[in-house]
Amino acid sequence: MQRRNFLTLMLGAVATLFLQPFNALAALWNKSAFDAVKIEDSTKILAIHDEINSNNIQIIAPDLAENGAVVQVEVKSNIANTEAIFILVEKNPTSLIAHFVLSSEMDPYIVTRIKMAETSDIKIVVKAGTQYFSRSKNIVVLENGCG
Amino acid sequence: MSDNIKMRAQLKGNIVEVKVLMSHPMETGRKKDDFGQLIPAHFIQLLTATLNGKTVLEAQWGTGIAKNPYLTFRLIGAKLGDVVAVTWVDNKSESATQYISVTSA
Repeated sequence: MQRRNFLTLMLGAVATLFLQPFNALAALWNKSAFDAVKIEDSTKILAIHDEINSNNIQIIAPDLAENGAVVQVEVKSNIANTEAIFILVEKNPTSLIAHFVLSSEMDPYIVTRIKMAETSDIKIVVKAGTQYFSRSKNIVVLENGCG
Repeated sequence: MSDNIKMRAQLKGNIVEVKVLMSHPMETGRKKDDFGQLIPAHFIQLLTATLNGKTVLEAQWGTGIAKNPYLTFRLIGAKLGDVVAVTWVDNKSESATQYISVTSA
C-alpha cells in the first residue's frame, strides 16, 4: 500500500471515529444557541450574519393559532444550494426552535410542528454557501403553548 | 424503541416524501405538575435521517418543537426500495431508530 493511500485510509478511519453518532451527537447540540432568550443572541451564536430578506423562502403557517402548543410550520426554500434551515420564534422563552442541515439529496422542504408562547413573528433563516437569507411571518396566538 | 417512531416514505414523481411521527413528551422544563413541582426538561435534541446509510438530514431541536414531534422532509432522486432511517437522541441520552423502505404513493 502506498503511503498516501495509507494516510488517506487512516484519515478516513479517524473521521469515522469522530462521526460515531451516539458518542459524538450529544456534543453537537448547540446549547448556547438554544439557551439564548433573544433572537439576536441566538443568531449571533449561530454566526448568522447579513441576512437578506428573501421571497424565495416560502412559509406556510396559520395566521392565527388557537393553541400555541401545536403550530404547524411548512418551509420551502427556492434558494439554490440551500444547506441549512433555521426556525426561530421571536417571543418564545428561548428563540431557537430548530436547525436543520440538509445534504444535496434533500429537497429544501421541511414541515414540523412548533410551540409558541404568544403572538409573535416566526423567522426562517436559510443558509446557502456563505450567504444567509430570511423571511418572517406573524402568527397570532390565543393560548400560550409553552407551559 | 422503534415503536416510538411511525414513518412513511412515498415516491411521488422524482421526489420521495418522508413523514415521521415520534412519540415524545418534549418537556420544556418550565411546566409545573399538579403539586407545583417543575417537570424536568425532557426533549429530543438531535435527529438524523439517512438514505441507504448515508446521512441526508441532521437536525438540532430545542424545547420549542411540539410534543410528539412531526416532521416531513423530501428526498430527490431516491428510488423504490431505498431505505430511509431516522434516529433521535434526547437530552437524557435516550434514543430511538426506525427504518422504512420507499413505497409508491
